[in-house]
Amino acid sequence: MSKDNPTLIESATFPRHVIAEIQRAAKTGIYDIRGFGAKRDIPTFDDLVFLGASTSRYPLEGYREKCTTEVVLGNRFAKNPIHLKTPVTIAGMSFGSLSAQAKESLGRGATLAGTSTTTGDGGMTPEERGHSKTLIYQYLPSRYGMNPDDLRRADAIEIVLGQGAKPGGGGMLLGQKISPRVAQMRNLPEGIDQRSACRHPDWTGPDDLEIKIQELREITNWEKPIYVKVGATRVFYDVTLAVKAGADVVVVDGMQGGTAATQDVFIEHVGIPTLPAVRMAVEALQEMDMHRKVQLIVSGGIRSGADVAKALALGADAVSIGTAALIALGDQSPEFDDEYKAIGSAAGFWDDYQAGNDPAGITTQDPELAKRLDPILGGRRLANYINVLTLELQTLARACGKSHVHNLEPEDMVALTMEAAAMAGVPLAGTSWIPGKNGM
Amino acid sequence: MCGIVGLFIKNPALESQLGALVAPMLSEMTERGPDSAGMAVYRDPNDKGCKVTVLSQKLDFDWASFEKSVNSNFFLKKFTVTQNHAVLSLDNSLNEVEEWLALNWSDLSVTSAGTNIEIFKGKGNPADFIEQFDIKNMTGTHALGHTRMATESAITTEHSHPFSTGQDLCLVHNGSLSNHNRLRETLKRAGVQFKTDNDSEVAAGYLSWRLSEGDDLDEALNHAIEDLDGFYTFAIGTKDGFAVMRDPIGCKPAIMAETDDWAAMSSEYRAIATLPGAENARIWEPEPTQIYSWKRS
Amino acid sequence: MTAINLNESSVRELNEKLQSGSSGDQFSVNNTVGKHALSVGLTSEVNVVINGHVGYYCAGMNQQANIVINGNAGPGLAENMMSGEVRVTGNASQYAAATAHGGLLVIEGDASSRCGISMKGVNIVVGGNIGHMSAFMAQSGCLVVCGDAGDALGDSVYEAKIYVRGEVKSLGTDCIEKEMRDEHKKELKELLTQSNMSYKVEDFRRYGSARKLYNFDIDQVDEY
Repeated sequence: MSKDNPTLIESATFPRHVIAEIQRAAKTGIYDIRGFGAKRDIPTFDDLVFLGASTSRYPLEGYREKCTTEVVLGNRFAKNPIHLKTPVTIAGMSFGSLSAQAKESLGRGATLAGTSTTTGDGGMTPEERGHSKTLIYQYLPSRYGMNPDDLRRADAIEIVLGQGAKPGGGGMLLGQKISPRVAQMRNLPEGIDQRSACRHPDWTGPDDLEIKIQELREITNWEKPIYVKVGATRVFYDVTLAVKAGADVVVVDGMQGGTAATQDVFIEHVGIPTLPAVRMAVEALQEMDMHRKVQLIVSGGIRSGADVAKALALGADAVSIGTAALIALGDQSPEFDDEYKAIGSAAGFWDDYQAGNDPAGITTQDPELAKRLDPILGGRRLANYINVLTLELQTLARACGKSHVHNLEPEDMVALTMEAAAMAGVPLAGTSWIPGKNGM
Repeated sequence: MCGIVGLFIKNPALESQLGALVAPMLSEMTERGPDSAGMAVYRDPNDKGCKVTVLSQKLDFDWASFEKSVNSNFFLKKFTVTQNHAVLSLDNSLNEVEEWLALNWSDLSVTSAGTNIEIFKGKGNPADFIEQFDIKNMTGTHALGHTRMATESAITTEHSHPFSTGQDLCLVHNGSLSNHNRLRETLKRAGVQFKTDNDSEVAAGYLSWRLSEGDDLDEALNHAIEDLDGFYTFAIGTKDGFAVMRDPIGCKPAIMAETDDWAAMSSEYRAIATLPGAENARIWEPEPTQIYSWKRS
Repeated sequence: MTAINLNESSVRELNEKLQSGSSGDQFSVNNTVGKHALSVGLTSEVNVVINGHVGYYCAGMNQQANIVINGNAGPGLAENMMSGEVRVTGNASQYAAATAHGGLLVIEGDASSRCGISMKGVNIVVGGNIGHMSAFMAQSGCLVVCGDAGDALGDSVYEAKIYVRGEVKSLGTDCIEKEMRDEHKKELKELLTQSNMSYKVEDFRRYGSARKLYNFDIDQVDEY
C-alpha cells in the first residue's frame, strides 16, 4: 500500500522496479548491464546457527587458549603451497573493472592481514604484485595480459571456468572503462566495448583441462599450486572433475558472488546459492577421499565472521571476499550519498560498476575519481575488516570448543528454515530432520 | 569426458593381432578416462544365428546354471565366460533369445546383440580392464574402445561405453550433450529403453531409433546433427566397419590415420602412435559434421 | 648439440634442460610419440629440433626460442607465445597460436579449426589451409593463409589482419574484405619472406574488422 494514497496496491509480479526495467528496455533495445551480485532474497548462511557450548561441550578461553586460524592451500602437487594466517582471502577482481588504487589497496590490506589477493580478467599490474605478499594469478578465457613471466612471479595460478555471478559468461568491460592503460594491458583499442569470451580458447572439457594443467606446471617448474574456480551450478560433478583433472585447490563461487559487469538476468537467474554449493563441494571431495587433501575455497556473499565460520563448519578450508572487500574500502559509503543520488542511485543501492563513474573511486578508470581512494588508508581499512572477520571466526569456534577453526563441523549447526536445512544438510532446529536426507 | 579409440583391420593377416594392437591405444587414453573402460570387438561371426553378450552385476553369479538353462531352451553353439560377462553364440533368432532373457533372466544386462559384435564393460582403471578381459589376445576385424571420465552421471559398469544401439551397432562418445534429458523422454515414448541417465546412452538410443525408422547410418547421423545439441565426437561400430563424426562446433578432439594395413581413430595422436607404421600413415582431422567410414567389402 | 630421447627422459627432464639452456644452444628431441607439453616455457634463444609428431601445447608460452617440429602438432601449438619462432613441417591441430602475443608461427601444412583464436600480436603463416572459426576474436597480429580458409573466418575480429590466397568458405560476424594498400603489401611480403613461402603478394586478399561491434548499436542486434 502506498503511504500517500492508501488505496494503491503494488503488484508483486510487476512492482515498480520491474516496470521501470521494461520501460528502459523498450527505450534502449539493450539488456540491463550492472555490477554487484544477486540481490534477491535467497537462503543464506543467516539461516544457520551454531549450537555453542553446553553441559557436554566446553568452550575455549579467549586469548590464553589458542584457536588457530592458519591455513595451507595447494599442497597436493605443488612444491610451494600457500601459507596464510587467516582463512579469509581476497577474490579475483580485475584491474580495469577496478582502479589501480583499488587494486593496490587490496594488495596492501591482504598483506597486512597475512592473506592472499587475486588478479582478475586484465592481467597482473606491477603495483599489485609489488604490494601483495601472496598473489594468485587468474588464468581466464580471455587471456588478457597473460604471459609466462607473470605466471612465474605469481604464488599460485587460478584457472577460471566461471564465477558465481555468471556461470557460463565471460568477462565484460565497457568502453568507458577501457582507458589507455587498460587498453594497452588487454591489447584492445581504447574506448571500445570488450567482447566476452565464455570458454577457454585452447581447451574444452575436463579431459583437455588435465593436459592444460600439466602444461602450466611444466612452464612453472611444478612450483605453484593450481586452483580451479567454478561458478556454482552442478557443483558435485564440477568439483569431482576438477580433482580428476589435477587441481590442487577448488574454488566454488555461489550466485551471490559479485561482478563488475554483466546482464542483470545472468546475475539473478543463473547459478545456485553459496549455501548448498559448499555442502555439495564437500560431499564430492569426501566421496573421492580428497577432503583436506584438495582444499576448498568458497565465495559468494561472505559478510561476517559468522559466514566464515559457517562455511568452514560445512567443510570449506577457506573463503574469498570480493563485494565485502570493496565495501570495506569505501564502496557504498554514506559520505558519497549525494553523489550517488546525482547519478540515479543511493548509498547502499549502488550497482552500476560498469558505468565507471563510481564516486568512491573504486570501480572506475576516471583519474579524478580514482584519486579519491588513498591506497594506504584503503589497505588499512581492508586489513581491519579481515582482522574482524578472523576474530569473529575465532570467537564462534572457541564457543564451540575448537582449538583450530578447521575442526568446526556441520554438527555444530542447525537450521532455522526448511530450505536452509535441505540446502546445507543440517537438521532443522529442534528436530533431527534434514529434508531430503533421512529418506524423506 | 573421455578418450575414444577405434581400429579397423584392412589387411586380413593382422586380424589375429587386433587385440595386441588396440590394447596399447586404449591404455594411452587412461588419463582422459580413469574411471572405467569398455570395448566392442567384432569377431567369430555367427551368420546363421545370433550372438549376445550378457553382463551380471553379481560377482558370484552362477554361470553354470545359466548355461544349462540356455542350452535347454536354445541351440547354444558356444558359451564363453570372461569376468562378469558371457558371450553366447546361438542358432536361433535374436528376437526369441532377447525376449526369453528379458523374461527369465532380467538381472542380466545385454551389452550387445547381433552376429559379430561382443561388448565388454569394466568399472575402474583401464589397465585393469585390459588385463582382466585379456584384450591383448583378442582377434577380430575391428574394435572400438572407450575410457571414461564421468561428467554428470554415476560410475557404474552400465554407464560405461560402448553403448549398443541395435544389431551389431555400437557407439562411443567423447563430449557432453546438452539436450539429452528431453530427448530421452521423447525416445522412451517411441519405445526405446534406457538403463542409465547417461547422455551418451541417449545418443546411442537416438541412432537406434532413426535406424529403426528406416534411415541408413549416414542418414541417421545427419539427423543427429540436427537433433542432438552439445559437443560430441562419435565413433560408431557397424557389422562391417566403423564411422566417425564430429558435431558442428568441433571442439572435442579427434584424429584419424590410415595405412594399407589399418584405419584408426582416437582422441589424441599418442594412441595412434602406438600402431605399427604410424609414422608414415596418412594422418588427418575429421571435419565437423562430415561422416568418415570404413567398410569391409 | 644435445640429443634428448623421450624413451629415456621424462617430459619434466626435457623441459628442465631446455628451459635452462643458453642462447645458441642446440637440442634435438626424439621419440615424441604424441606427448604433450613438449618444449614449453622456454626463455632464451635456444634452437630445438623435434623429430616426430607432438601432442597438445608444444612450444606453449615460448619466449625467444627457435623451435622446429618435423612432424604434426596437436592442439594449442605455440599457445600464448611471446616471441621467437616456431615452425612445423606437417599439420597443426586446432587452436594453433591461441592468444599468442608475438613471435612467428609457420605451419607448412594445414592448420585445423580456430587457428589464431584470440591472437594478441603473433604472426602466423600457414602454407596450406585453415579450418573453421579461425582468427576468432583476433585482437592484433597477422594471419597469412596460403591455401583456403574454412567457415566463419575472423568472427568478431578486432584489429588483427588476415591475408588469404585461396578461397574463404565464409566470413564470420563483422569480418569483411578490405583494400590491400602499399603498407599491407609490404607487411605481407616481409612475412612470406620470413617464413620461406614463395607466393606472390598480388595473389592475396586482405580481411579485417568492419568495426560495427565496437560499441553496442541497436541496429546491429542481429549480429549477436
